[in-house]
Amino acid sequence: MARAQTSKLIRGGTGDWEVVIGMEVHAQVASRSKLFSGSATAFGGEPNSHVSLVDAAMPGMLPVINEACVAQAVRTGLGLKAEIHLRSIFDRKNYFYPDLPQGYQISQYKHPIVGEGEVEIEVEGETKTVGIERLHLEQDAGKSIHDQHPDYSYVDLNRSGVALMEIVSKPDLRSAKEAQAYVTKLRTILRYLGTSDGDMEKGNLRADVNVSVRKPGEPLGTRCEIKNVNSIRFIGQAIEVEARRQIDILEDGGKISQETRLFDPGRGETRSMRSKEEAHDYRYFPDPDLLPLELEQGWVDDLAKDLPELPDEKRARFMTDYGLSAYDASVLVAERESADYFEAVATGRDGKTAANWVINELFGRMNKEGRDIEHSPVSAKQLGGLVELISSGVISGKIAKDLFEILWTEGGDPAEIVETRGMKQVTDTGAIEKAVDEIIAANPDKAEQAKLKPNLLGWFVGQVMKSSGGKANPSAVSDILKTKLGIE
Amino acid sequence: MTDLTTLTLTQARDGLRKKDFSATELTEAFLRAIEAGNGSLNAFVLPTPDHALAQAKASDARLAASDPRPLEGIPLGHKDLFCTNGVRTTACSRILGNFVPTYESSVGANLWNAGAVMLGKLNNDEFAMGSSNETSAFGPVVSPWRRKGKDGKLTEAKLVPGGSSGGSSAAVAAGLCLGATATDTGGSIRQPAALTGTVGIKPTYGRCSRWGIVAFASSLDQAGPIAKTVEDAALMLGAMAGYDPKDSTCVDAPVPDYAAQMRQGVKGLRVGVPKEYRVEGMSKEIEALWQQGIAWLKAAGATIHEISLPHTKYALPAYYIVAPAEASSNLARYDGVRYGLRVPGKDIIDMYCETRAAGFGKEVRRRVLIGTYVLSAGYYDAYYLKAQKVRTLIKRDFDEAWNTVDVVLTPTTPSPAFAFGEKTGDPLAMYLEDIFTVTVNMAGLPGMSVPAGLSSEGTPLGLQFIGKPFDEGTLFRAGKVIEDAAGRFNAPDKWWLAGSKGR
Amino acid sequence: MQVDEATVQRIAGLARIKVTPEEAKALQTELSGILNWVEQLDEVDTSAVEPMTRVVPIALPKRKDEVTDGEIPDQVTKNAPQTEDHFFVVPKVIE
Repeated sequence: MARAQTSKLIRGGTGDWEVVIGMEVHAQVASRSKLFSGSATAFGGEPNSHVSLVDAAMPGMLPVINEACVAQAVRTGLGLKAEIHLRSIFDRKNYFYPDLPQGYQISQYKHPIVGEGEVEIEVEGETKTVGIERLHLEQDAGKSIHDQHPDYSYVDLNRSGVALMEIVSKPDLRSAKEAQAYVTKLRTILRYLGTSDGDMEKGNLRADVNVSVRKPGEPLGTRCEIKNVNSIRFIGQAIEVEARRQIDILEDGGKISQETRLFDPGRGETRSMRSKEEAHDYRYFPDPDLLPLELEQGWVDDLAKDLPELPDEKRARFMTDYGLSAYDASVLVAERESADYFEAVATGRDGKTAANWVINELFGRMNKEGRDIEHSPVSAKQLGGLVELISSGVISGKIAKDLFEILWTEGGDPAEIVETRGMKQVTDTGAIEKAVDEIIAANPDKAEQAKLKPNLLGWFVGQVMKSSGGKANPSAVSDILKTKLGIE
Repeated sequence: MTDLTTLTLTQARDGLRKKDFSATELTEAFLRAIEAGNGSLNAFVLPTPDHALAQAKASDARLAASDPRPLEGIPLGHKDLFCTNGVRTTACSRILGNFVPTYESSVGANLWNAGAVMLGKLNNDEFAMGSSNETSAFGPVVSPWRRKGKDGKLTEAKLVPGGSSGGSSAAVAAGLCLGATATDTGGSIRQPAALTGTVGIKPTYGRCSRWGIVAFASSLDQAGPIAKTVEDAALMLGAMAGYDPKDSTCVDAPVPDYAAQMRQGVKGLRVGVPKEYRVEGMSKEIEALWQQGIAWLKAAGATIHEISLPHTKYALPAYYIVAPAEASSNLARYDGVRYGLRVPGKDIIDMYCETRAAGFGKEVRRRVLIGTYVLSAGYYDAYYLKAQKVRTLIKRDFDEAWNTVDVVLTPTTPSPAFAFGEKTGDPLAMYLEDIFTVTVNMAGLPGMSVPAGLSSEGTPLGLQFIGKPFDEGTLFRAGKVIEDAAGRFNAPDKWWLAGSKGR
Repeated sequence: MQVDEATVQRIAGLARIKVTPEEAKALQTELSGILNWVEQLDEVDTSAVEPMTRVVPIALPKRKDEVTDGEIPDQVTKNAPQTEDHFFVVPKVIE
């Protein structure tokens, strides 16, 4: 067993405690229709509109599986470097709830479609491999609204029957940050693959977090499950709050009861859900309306061939091909659209410059204005043109910023703009020398002092740049000044 | 004019095409019979005369244009387990209240698309759970058959028509329809057919679609016809069967011309007689009937072989684990939320518990509880898993048998029709009715009951044929031999038409 | 297997069917009888047998990912005991 990392331990009254976290993430499968029925998965809609007779569990209704959902589950498994089970079984999970019209959920219990896999995460510079236990397909339930009336609840089955992938991690996580990094990475992989949009706000990605604590080296403690945490931020908060709650109980000599809890972000605490022990007897059995799902290895191999490059591979490639730092590469690959944008800018051009402009200038401006990469007013082609102009020395870095502003607000072709607005950098050494001579002549005292105070070089560079309207090549200016002022 | 209700389906079909009578006349004859006789029999829970006459009218148009579909104008009864669009469907349970489906079962649609006419919905044991039609929320069905007393006169005791498709078998036997749809999970087509002198066939699992049929036990349920003759049943099954992509367990295989296959005779057919079906305490007359069937088949050119199906006796207990387990899950949707009965409650759980207690009858509740128990934590392996393993062995017994024989012959039931209340004291006594029939559902095979004789009390006895998967043709040709030799059996006195409310 | 009344009530709870104490008594006898009777399956050696996972020898049929159904809120709610604006209305669910 790995030695508990001291930085992640939580200090308690009786010593240090290790937090052990496992996560069950439910991701809505990206598909047009539901897992076992042909109604739409579209978000929203009038109550009970995206609902077929099958979804409403009318008498005599039967399930028929959506082949695309099966493919999405397999592709996700491949993206998690997991074992694909060519034979899996759908089981009924039986319990009563008004948003579960059949009185059972079609899920997978003993024989899921995907087995063990792994996900790599990075937290504060450290890489860690998080084990995946399994992934299975299951139906989502509908929605019940309880707070509209004192005596009634309202049920909408639009979501009932939508395909979900339940991804179960091994209990390998040891801190709130690791858990957050894990879910973030998982979400990125799903979005890269296009198997789920991972939209937590819409509830398309939800996490059940299992938390237990123990003294390092001791056996696993009793865990509690915090259900349906729907943001990365809350995942972190919920873990910290729950770990602290359990530690406090144990330090007071108490015992942790295994239970299901809910995170209340308003109060910053977890609270126990109404006792549901009897609900835990789900009486799983293979769904007799379905047959075992059997996949051909050839079909799986074809899916594997057509997988897009995944974030880890892309990050490694950006580092080797474009010479980017690990940090910059990570930022760029966080979203596939950003990575694709960057690559369009950087292909055939200087990678580092491209990265600098995408990350610092473009992303910075986008964040300020609340835009996403799909709605960037500056296209990759335009930005690429800008980068080229810098690399070939046509414009200086400072002028490039002006150019960027023009592209953002007005649009246009970068080379044309530079040409028509006379933004070209002056690299003609003769012209620069002339400008340098003029400035030195106008400031003889400073010129004298510059030999003793090399910092004055900066002032001179600024003056020459000003006189040239920012167009002079700053390094050329600097070199010429050094020579004329006699600075090394 | 001939009493049209005494025709067979085949004769009626021919008569319509020859324009001996119209579809409207034919339907009206049955509507009159229902009006006169259903009060005493309680076979129909919902006659649909307007609907029937509208369909008959449409059939007349097609017949006039000499463009008849296979069952054009044929009036049928439809078990109330099949969802009918715009027509109340209850599975004969209180819990489905006044449920009116907005959809038609696939099997039903197949029949109406073949030109058949729906006379009404037929009574059955609640949720198809029963062997006597005594558990229906609409009250029991009375068999048109009565026992003969020692003095040769018919006794008054009301006999059961079998179950769960008791309404179907009684209606056909009493001439209230030309044929009836039914379903069979453990014998619910074959046993009622045997008890009423009619022909009933449960096809291979997957032959007919289950879409739109109120589910009892998903891996065992199959739809099939109950009819007056083997040929009638062949015509009906031909229209009912077929692929349905809405049912994942329905097989995409062509539907043969069963009536043509029926005429092929049995020369060289190898008939298996399983020794394990000779059960302890089996009545002498059932044994004699069985021997008679063997003799008839031999005379027609078949060869007889004793076979062993060693796991036969375990089929019934295994069935009473698997079927209730699946039912407990299939019936969870009857919860008062989206359709059917709702009994108010202080909160949702209370509402569920009150609704389901009020809505489910005793037998249904018993089976739902058994089913819940055998799937529950700690018991799944010992009961459900075990039963499913035994099921594999039961099927394997038959797979081995097919190496040496082409069809298996057994009695359909251990005894003839019993009277109301005779078996309701102990659930197990009722369950034993299915002893010869459940093996067939457990193995997914086709099975047919053909009337073969009368008991010493003058009530019908049937013989059962069990076939290879999708070999219904062999059942029809073997059944035809028995029918030709045994003749047809009609209730001697149509007492129910006297109009007295014999309930 | 003998089931006691407490078990009958627990199972009835799982099945969401209210059972009165008198009914539980009767059910206890009936269910015990049935469960005892099915126990004869223990006589069968199933150690080398797989459970029956399919009755038909076909592969699980799959359908294409197209929207072919739904958008029938009137039909879906037509038979409901209580609805409001196409929501199903039920007595309060206590979380």
